Amino acid sequence: MSILVIVEHDNGTVNAATLNTVAAAQAIGGDIHALVSGHNCSTAAEAAAAIAGISKVIVSDAAENANGLAENIAPLIAGMADSYSHILAPATTYGKNILPRVAALSDTAQISDIIAVIDKDTFQRPIYAGNALATVRSGDALKIITVRSTAFEAVADTGGTATIEQIDAAGDAGLSSFEKSELSKSERPELTSAGIVVSGGRGMQDGSNFGMLEKIADKLGAAVGASRAAVDAGFVPNDYQVGQTGKVVAPDLYMAVGISGAIQHLAGMKDSKVIVAINKDDEAPIFQVADYGLVADLFDAVPELDTELG
Amino acid sequence: MKILVPVKRVIDYNVKVRVKPDQSGVELTNVKMAMNPFDEIAVEQALRIKEAGKADEIVLVSVGPSQSQETIRTGLAMGADRGIHIEADQDIEPLAVAKLLKAVVKKESPGLVICGKQAIDDDSNQTGQMLSALLGWAQATFASSVDLGSEKAKIIREVDGGLEHIEVVLPAVITVDLRLNEPRYASLPNIMKAKKKPIDSLSVDELSVDATPRLKVLKVEEPAARSAGIKVRSVAELVDKLKNEAKVI
Repeated sequence: MSILVIVEHDNGTVNAATLNTVAAAQAIGGDIHALVSGHNCSTAAEAAAAIAGISKVIVSDAAENANGLAENIAPLIAGMADSYSHILAPATTYGKNILPRVAALSDTAQISDIIAVIDKDTFQRPIYAGNALATVRSGDALKIITVRSTAFEAVADTGGTATIEQIDAAGDAGLSSFEKSELSKSERPELTSAGIVVSGGRGMQDGSNFGMLEKIADKLGAAVGASRAAVDAGFVPNDYQVGQTGKVVAPDLYMAVGISGAIQHLAGMKDSKVIVAINKDDEAPIFQVADYGLVADLFDAVPELDTELG
Repeated sequence: MKILVPVKRVIDYNVKVRVKPDQSGVELTNVKMAMNPFDEIAVEQALRIKEAGKADEIVLVSVGPSQSQETIRTGLAMGADRGIHIEADQDIEPLAVAKLLKAVVKKESPGLVICGKQAIDDDSNQTGQMLSALLGWAQATFASSVDLGSEKAKIIREVDGGLEHIEVVLPAVITVDLRLNEPRYASLPNIMKAKKKPIDSLSVDELSVDATPRLKVLKVEEPAARSAGIKVRSVAELVDKLKNEAKVI
């Protein structure tokens, strides 16, 4: 039995969520191959070959693969499906975009966002924003799965000695083209893999007030996140959003500042090890999941916290 | 041009979901149901395209029990023109929904399909992409901006790192994200008007789709609850706890 892991990368570096996806593949058990589809992506391929637990890296290097367009990459993956029992991708916007297309082309049901491997056919996944957990068994010969990265401990990105093999691309489907990306640049750690996350909500009142949280984050080596309310209000860009439809995080410490704790936000952070809530409304639902709650006006508490942290 | 918008009946997003004691699923009896919020955004986008003169008809499709017709009515009251209800009493998985929608696309020949990016019940995030694959069309997922031309559409997508601009050939499947628009409320006159708009009923068999489930749900359970925490009185106490008790900073 062989498992194919779809590597998310930017042609140079491998996205950290791939390491958690390999861990899920190890939990299933079997020979693990990795697909790097991109363009001028030999650096990414070498990085993938160094990941612990991968025996073979398959590279499809072509101009039409450069930007991860699903119409070009899904047929490539579907064409490889016969050789595998499982195909796994991280449940990031990259994996969520491509994998259902692969599943349809392979006439296979997809199991989205798994958080546990029960056995090679059976997996656990959250439904209803994580308010219920479903255990599902697939009757398909091929299992197509996206993996929630926070649920699996990342494997090491060094020590692997995979062989690298080239395959042809599937060609340009001629259906879509990439124009540009506007990626948020930040010196801070990535939200989904940070050890500490400091998030602000509607209570921040204004985007400029996020500066206070950024100062705290920099002292703690933390990433900055936000609730949907803060993103909808335009305080911060969409990629800050933590929640059911944004990013799912599970850091060692999650600080929710001015966040009421709507169900859809809790879905994105309630697996954090330690949760701190700062909110002036002592009835806010966020306090029901917080290990440490501070009922206070954030505009007093956050500057004080800044001072306390030195 | 005709726009097809699939809509799903789900538990209202304000309702606290309860797992059934026998772990067979979640409690659906006597629970308030509503249109999936992402589908409302899809309907709204279709309406805006029609109002801009770029579409002439909006057709809603829903797969589900007979009450799904209420969900279609909600969309008709927003301003869509007619509905198609595909009757199904059992749960239909995303792949089978995509096959049913494909069959409807073949009958209706829309120039565009706009879907919600995911339904808030099973959170699968699959149907739009699967439909697009089955049709051999372009897909534009997680759209936060749609600029429709005559042969192509420019889409801004919400991705993990920020935003991505792509161009897709039409016809295409677009799946919408939260910030694409704010759906309108149906006015009372439009709610009355919607009662007269036609809804056709079809069965899964009539569309010649095998909707047999591929996945077996063995059990549905509640997640482990977090143990209740404590309230601290001051920032100093908070920092002390984080340093010396939780040891996370």
